[in-house]
Amino acid sequence: MSTEAVGRPRPKGGGAVPFRALLWRFPWLRPVLLLTPPMAWFVLVYLASLVLLLITAFWSIDPFTTQIVQVWSTNNFHTILSDPTYRIIIGRTAGLAALVTITDIVLSFPLAYYMAKVASRRVQNLLFAAVLLPLWASYLARVYAWILILNHTGVLNWSLQSIGLPAANIGYTNTAMWLVFSYIWLPFMIIPTYAALERVPDSLLEAAADLGARRWRTTLDVVLPLALPGVVAGSIFTFSLTLGDYITPILVGGAGSQFIGNVVYSNVGIANNIPFAAALATVPVVIMAVYLLAAQRLGAFEAL
Amino acid sequence: MGVRQAGWIRLGCSAAAAVITATACGSTAAPAGPTLLVPPTAKLAPQTSIGAGEGQLNLVLWDGYADKTWVDPFTAATGCKVNQHPAGSSDEMVSLMKDGGGGNWDMVSASGNATLRLIYSGDVKPMNTALIPDFTNFQTLFQSPAWNTISGIHYGISLQWGPNTLLYNTKKFVNPPTSWGVIYDPANKGLVTVPDDPTFIADAANYLSKTKPSLRITDPYELTQPQFDAAVALLKSQQPLIKKYWTLPTDEISLFQNGDVVVGAAWPYQTIQLQLAGAPVADTIPTEGATGWADTWMLATKATHPNCAYLWTKWVSTPAVQAMQALSFGETPVNTKACAEMETRSPGSCKQYHADVPGSYFDNLKFWKTAIAQCPNGNTNCVPYDQWVSAWTTIKG
Repeated sequence: MSTEAVGRPRPKGGGAVPFRALLWRFPWLRPVLLLTPPMAWFVLVYLASLVLLLITAFWSIDPFTTQIVQVWSTNNFHTILSDPTYRIIIGRTAGLAALVTITDIVLSFPLAYYMAKVASRRVQNLLFAAVLLPLWASYLARVYAWILILNHTGVLNWSLQSIGLPAANIGYTNTAMWLVFSYIWLPFMIIPTYAALERVPDSLLEAAADLGARRWRTTLDVVLPLALPGVVAGSIFTFSLTLGDYITPILVGGAGSQFIGNVVYSNVGIANNIPFAAALATVPVVIMAVYLLAAQRLGAFEAL
Repeated sequence: MGVRQAGWIRLGCSAAAAVITATACGSTAAPAGPTLLVPPTAKLAPQTSIGAGEGQLNLVLWDGYADKTWVDPFTAATGCKVNQHPAGSSDEMVSLMKDGGGGNWDMVSASGNATLRLIYSGDVKPMNTALIPDFTNFQTLFQSPAWNTISGIHYGISLQWGPNTLLYNTKKFVNPPTSWGVIYDPANKGLVTVPDDPTFIADAANYLSKTKPSLRITDPYELTQPQFDAAVALLKSQQPLIKKYWTLPTDEISLFQNGDVVVGAAWPYQTIQLQLAGAPVADTIPTEGATGWADTWMLATKATHPNCAYLWTKWVSTPAVQAMQALSFGETPVNTKACAEMETRSPGSCKQYHADVPGSYFDNLKFWKTAIAQCPNGNTNCVPYDQWVSAWTTIKG
């Protein structure tokens, strides 16, 4: 059937003109045709998978054959809420995501300010390239590089010892994860912060100076409020990327470094307990929903 | 606690109910003796001869189990083209083999912590050992081991095995350790590594079976709740000593190479690689004995190329191929005739890989099995594998 449709020669000019006439006659047809593919994608692929995830979370598995048993129960959620291990893992994930976000804000604000307000065009371009440079290399390669830096006989300890300091034993710890996450997601914080700072009119800074505000007062009362949406937008990236990560904990984490993603992974990959994994996967969804609501209040979406 | 325990018992019963017809969980009169589980494919009679090859063979296997060195001559001799799908874990193998391989896969090189799951979910079917001439040359233990043979029916042909050894840095341990106690010793805080695998709970249980006889652990894979809890408690106390739970053998190799750890649980593969790289390490099987793995080629229930599958099993059981695979992967052949082949290829390797050990050697090795709800005495109060997985999450913290 389909070959027939393809094989048939199209009548010259035919089809195109009536179709245009159709669009003219029904003005609503154009937006409908334009929006159907993205909406279908959004509803079928995006929302449907989330709904399926939620439904699966209420099922369980047969512990022996690991087949899914489609019996409605809230046992999975009960386990997550009652077992202290999962509370610790959720707390560790969200806590480290927050810590990484704060670290990145502190690191990126001065740099973004310099790029937006102080640097010459040439230096600005150079800095831009420097900020984006790490994104050219594979995520995995960059994390592995950190293993080489932080491990027992790594670059860090070698450097410390060569200047007579005691070795730092931070390889395979949560500290290592904090360092690596902060490094990896930093560009995602710098760019939106820079974009927001660049939109702050210089005239406002001059006006503040004319009115007698010192540098700190200007920064606190003029620059920060105007740049806040950009910072919050960047924090959405750093927070959500850390929240959903599971590779860095595997590679640079030690004992007691599991993230939500790792438990999801081991339940899918090792135990084949997809319902429990689904239940646990709803936790970051909820955390992000709350975070995005708060971010929206702060006007972050205008800066994206 | 009460609620959780009730939930656990319910789980245990549903597990048993899924596989046995008469269950002791309900109020129905329970049979006097233990009810042995009967695999769904037990009645399928295996083929009695090997016909012409079908031209194709689709394998789910461990990476390196079908190396060019012995696949190419096989394809040349039989016309069976080998398509490989390497799996990352036993559990991935179980997932891939669901629904009898679904017609996609003909065979799987399952390890002992997957075989029973495959057998009892009906994904693999009995095999005819008479069609494998080398079968009679196998170490006695590997002809009918509990992890692939049930009530005399063979659900696969054993392939290779290896012990889970205690690996240590010889500079740090001048006197070789003789007990698994070193990996639970607070003196080695932050210098220990063990595999990131729920099956490691069995290693702790095996250690406890010798050091705490009051727990009466006879089989580290068949643990009652108190025995299981004791093993989990031991591992939780070990967690602060762990530098890292290794996932890939190469992780452990770099941990030892970089001096991040000095002692850990390993496979002979890591020892061999580390020693080749000149690292000061050695391994041992401590006095408490050790766990071990043993792999089995199993035939998918819906295999579409059964003749090629049998030809392949026959081929990989021959002494030459057994020796090749042992040396290439770092494991031990089940065929006792492979020892001589190993010696000609790499002098001293037969002893190094323990390929020449007497049967009594295996008294000290507890081979991987899937933990199932049914205990050896027929009761269904043993802790099933999914509980092992969730316990493992709580151990790692």
